[in-house]
Amino acid sequence: MNIVVCIKQVPDTAEVRINPETGTLIREGVPSIINPFDMHAIEAGLQIKEKAGGKVIVLTMGPPQAETSLREALSMGADEAVLLSDRAFAGSDTWATSFTLSKAIKKIGADIIICGKQAIDGDTAQVGPETAEFLNIPNISYVRKIEDISGSSIKVQRMMDEGYDVVESSLPVLFTVVKELNEPRLPSLKGKMSAKKAEIKKWGSSDIMADENDLGLKGSPTQVKNIFTPDARSGKKILEGKPEEQVEALIQELRGIKCL
Amino acid sequence: MPVIVNVDKCKGCEECLSSCPFDAIVMKDGKALVNEYCQVCMSCISVCPEGAILEVEKEIPRGIDIEGYKGVWIFAEQRGGKVSSVAYELLGIGRKLADDLKTDLSAVLLGTAETEAKELIRWGADKVYLSKDQIFESFNDEPYSQLLTSLITEHRPEIVLAGATPMGRSFIPRVAARLRTGLTADCTSLAIEKGTGNLLQVRPAFGGNIMATILCPNNRPQMATVRPRVMKRRKYDEGRAGDIIGVEAGGITSRTKVLETVKEVSDITVNLQEADIIVSGGRGLGEPKGFKLMQELAELFGGAVGSSRAAVDAGWIAYRHQVGQTGKTVCPKIYFACGISGAVQHLVGMQSSDIIIAINKNPEAPIFNVATYGVVGDLYEIVPLLIKKIKEAKGIS
Repeated sequence: MNIVVCIKQVPDTAEVRINPETGTLIREGVPSIINPFDMHAIEAGLQIKEKAGGKVIVLTMGPPQAETSLREALSMGADEAVLLSDRAFAGSDTWATSFTLSKAIKKIGADIIICGKQAIDGDTAQVGPETAEFLNIPNISYVRKIEDISGSSIKVQRMMDEGYDVVESSLPVLFTVVKELNEPRLPSLKGKMSAKKAEIKKWGSSDIMADENDLGLKGSPTQVKNIFTPDARSGKKILEGKPEEQVEALIQELRGIKCL
Repeated sequence: MPVIVNVDKCKGCEECLSSCPFDAIVMKDGKALVNEYCQVCMSCISVCPEGAILEVEKEIPRGIDIEGYKGVWIFAEQRGGKVSSVAYELLGIGRKLADDLKTDLSAVLLGTAETEAKELIRWGADKVYLSKDQIFESFNDEPYSQLLTSLITEHRPEIVLAGATPMGRSFIPRVAARLRTGLTADCTSLAIEKGTGNLLQVRPAFGGNIMATILCPNNRPQMATVRPRVMKRRKYDEGRAGDIIGVEAGGITSRTKVLETVKEVSDITVNLQEADIIVSGGRGLGEPKGFKLMQELAELFGGAVGSSRAAVDAGWIAYRHQVGQTGKTVCPKIYFACGISGAVQHLVGMQSSDIIIAINKNPEAPIFNVATYGVVGDLYEIVPLLIKKIKEAKGIS
């Protein structure tokens, strides 16, 4: 069984701060990490391999430095890694990203494709399902538990707003995972050693036989018109005094707006 | 089209590096280089003191006949036969966009009855495409995306909106992929651009640190998802008339099958997104028991209990209570933030609340920047006092 896990290297957005004077992002010292949801996708792939056999191939699209993330996945136990890196991929929106990934997945050949539910920098959750459409295979989003897996089908719990659905699908299938699914393992020392030496396949646009018009900025239907800092709220009031006085002031305010 | 650096002009001052929200500018041989992370936001262009960064002339893309696409559509999702409230909110914004464009507003409704379709008309739809076929009763990505794709191909709407819900976020991307068009996730504002008639789609990026306006100028339809409780409903009109158009599923099949639908009821049952008052707790609660106190305060108002991600990650409360970027977006009349520092990821989920009351020990906590009323102090001292006072005010002993 070929299990392809798609991962993305992202800046740790929890560490990003806004410079209050200029309104710009402070990126200094913000580390690059594997998208946290993708860590659970890697773990899911490894667990399926341990149960049903096969190999785990991690795939990412990004600049050359994304290789670090692939090596981290290899150190956790992934068998192979593919880096899609090419100037022609620059500026891809979700359509072009999914198209590019699907071309690479077709070349690799996959029975199961696993993605994190969304990346923490873009937060779109679109690349997984779009990739499934390009591959013409079923997709299941927000998987929180894998109930059963065989050579030809999979049964999972899909998280919904008010609970969950139990969904069965034939293989090949693509699914996206939420944090509740598992606890990602730490790399072993042996894993770290072999990941250092492992060969990483590097593919460009010609390796996946993609038309340049479908890639990067050219292939992206959406365009960023502008970027701005959200407006700050105004009219704040810090209540002063001892706890009793603060609470009393708050009660008065609530009365004033007819909430009491 | 792409942003490039004129290496002859670049003096290597590195001014542009920190201007880039995507970390897409690196130094190479003493000159700035725009790499694959570039999203063409153009933040860097004005920063460069040498004027060395520029956008290269746009190529004319392989366009489609944009003029042939007319009308605004919304996808109305249903669970258990009942239309979700997000559909009525989509009709609110959809109506406005359709009026601005002087066109019709239609809804697509799958797997339920005509009575629900009539409701959509009363909430603002001119037309409802309804399929009562059994295959759509439970949600499966493939049949939903196949039918919506074929309806769009046949009727050519210029705009298609859907809820950014587990359902919409899962199958709408498939539709956009198949139609080779753009899809913008989690829009917080939608408007028509004067002159071009393009849809201006505003969405948060980078965990809400920045906002981006997205366009889909050369492809149709322009597709977007919107989170529940972000758009407002318009007025319900009982006498409103419209057309219901029956749609056949044809030969649509599904390779996935829903075997079972399980509802998980929380011990705190009020729906977060419907509540007028929300009392949220965060890391500052220190222990799971703190949520008992949150619940006690919430109950005084008939409200709901929310939480920050930190409290969910600590295992103190279930994920469905999480407010914020990776949780729910809420806009109640009053939002109590108790022991929540106010990371930007939390703020984007609650800052459109009418009134925000922040209770936190740390006077420097960013939550106070968005708070209408701030109380600096120990929540275990403040909240019980508050409960006592509110009970007195309400005459509850």
